[in-house]
Amino acid sequence: MCDVHLPSTLKPLFAGLPRHLDIEAATVGDAIAELDRRWPGLQDRLCHPGPQLRKHIHVYVDGDRGDLTTPVGDRSRLDVIAAISGG
Amino acid sequence: MAKTVLLIGTRKGLFLAESDDRRDWTMRGPFGDGWPIYNAILADDGTLYATAASEWHGAGVWRSGDLGETWEFSGEGIAYPEESGLKVNKVSGLAASNGRLLVGAENIGLFESRDGGKTFSLLSTLEGASGREVWNDPSMQPPGHLGLSSIIPDADDEQKIRVVVQGNSTFDTEDGGKTWTPKNRGLRREWPAPPDPEVGFCVHKLAPSPVDKDRWYQQNHVGTWRSDDGGANWVEITEGLPSQFGFACAAHAHDRDTFYTTVLDPMHTRTMQNGECAVWRTRDAGSSWEKLTNGLPSQNAHLGVLREGMVADRQDDFGLYFGTSTGQVFASLDEGDSWLQLADYLPSISSVRVATLA
Repeated sequence: MCDVHLPSTLKPLFAGLPRHLDIEAATVGDAIAELDRRWPGLQDRLCHPGPQLRKHIHVYVDGDRGDLTTPVGDRSRLDVIAAISGG
Repeated sequence: MAKTVLLIGTRKGLFLAESDDRRDWTMRGPFGDGWPIYNAILADDGTLYATAASEWHGAGVWRSGDLGETWEFSGEGIAYPEESGLKVNKVSGLAASNGRLLVGAENIGLFESRDGGKTFSLLSTLEGASGREVWNDPSMQPPGHLGLSSIIPDADDEQKIRVVVQGNSTFDTEDGGKTWTPKNRGLRREWPAPPDPEVGFCVHKLAPSPVDKDRWYQQNHVGTWRSDDGGANWVEITEGLPSQFGFACAAHAHDRDTFYTTVLDPMHTRTMQNGECAVWRTRDAGSSWEKLTNGLPSQNAHLGVLREGMVADRQDDFGLYFGTSTGQVFASLDEGDSWLQLADYLPSISSVRVATLA
């Protein structure tokens, strides 16, 4: 089970969505697909059709920048970050 | 007494201003979780809708069935088929008519919802419209990336819809979106014409008269125009205005010949000229113009008004409202002769819409 950490900006969009949860997944893409199964529409908020990650959505697996194909292990931490430059 | 609700879309969420007399206002918000809001409406069934686009989470529509107490978001169905290569970067245009909700997008497309904004489906990408081949080229898209910035459905025939493609003209469909016809004859441009000279005009805002379906006005990039035949032909009425550039405008609620516009410095500032806030009014369909300033800031007011930033209600003594890029909202209850400031310190305002509740 990977330890998924989601951005706070998703919570208002999906009733009952926690910030942190455990997901059984082999890759980042699998994890997001599982989240979408539980909260329909969630993948669209993180990915363009394809799917591919939206421009300002970054994912990190155990601290390293990843993408949808990045493997996640049983004890991985997956951080999904709403990132944008600005001031 | 009727209650008036202003729907104020800003860069940081939607605000609702409410009043029983249109003089004392109470403000609620921000709604939509602070997402940038590009337009908002109150549909006939009492549901609030707001088009929104987040840099993080994409585009969709916020809705509230209880005047803003609770909100839900949906972007379900606001997407193009993967094989099209198109992406929805933003939704801006918004209209409700004949029991459906219409939403305009960039990349260019028109989506509809027939279940009150819960799900959407693609109605048209304006395939076949003249000039469309360049609309979704990032190097050809105008700043703001509003895409299909305005949607004006026919009240009686849902097959008929007029849209504005930002930077690329006005188009009509009479077959529910299958085919599109340019409606720009008589407009002027100050840049090279595309292969089809009937398109390629930078239409900022269309303002149909509520009392005469043939009378339309528009403020665009290089002037102000009037149509006396429902938009088939346009006559320039810029003469007498201090600038040809502007975004927001509104038609009088009851008089077809009276029209208001807010012209701006056309250069980088795109603010009202000389730091003086003014609305311009014609009472003779554009033959002459009056500068309206009573109650508006007269100096150091470097503010702009965006294309959806001005609106008139339909009450007998109608109210006229506009919201600024610097977060003020002004109202006039005497046809523009004098103005009251009803809000300040809001985020930059993208749209102002009004609803009257019995």
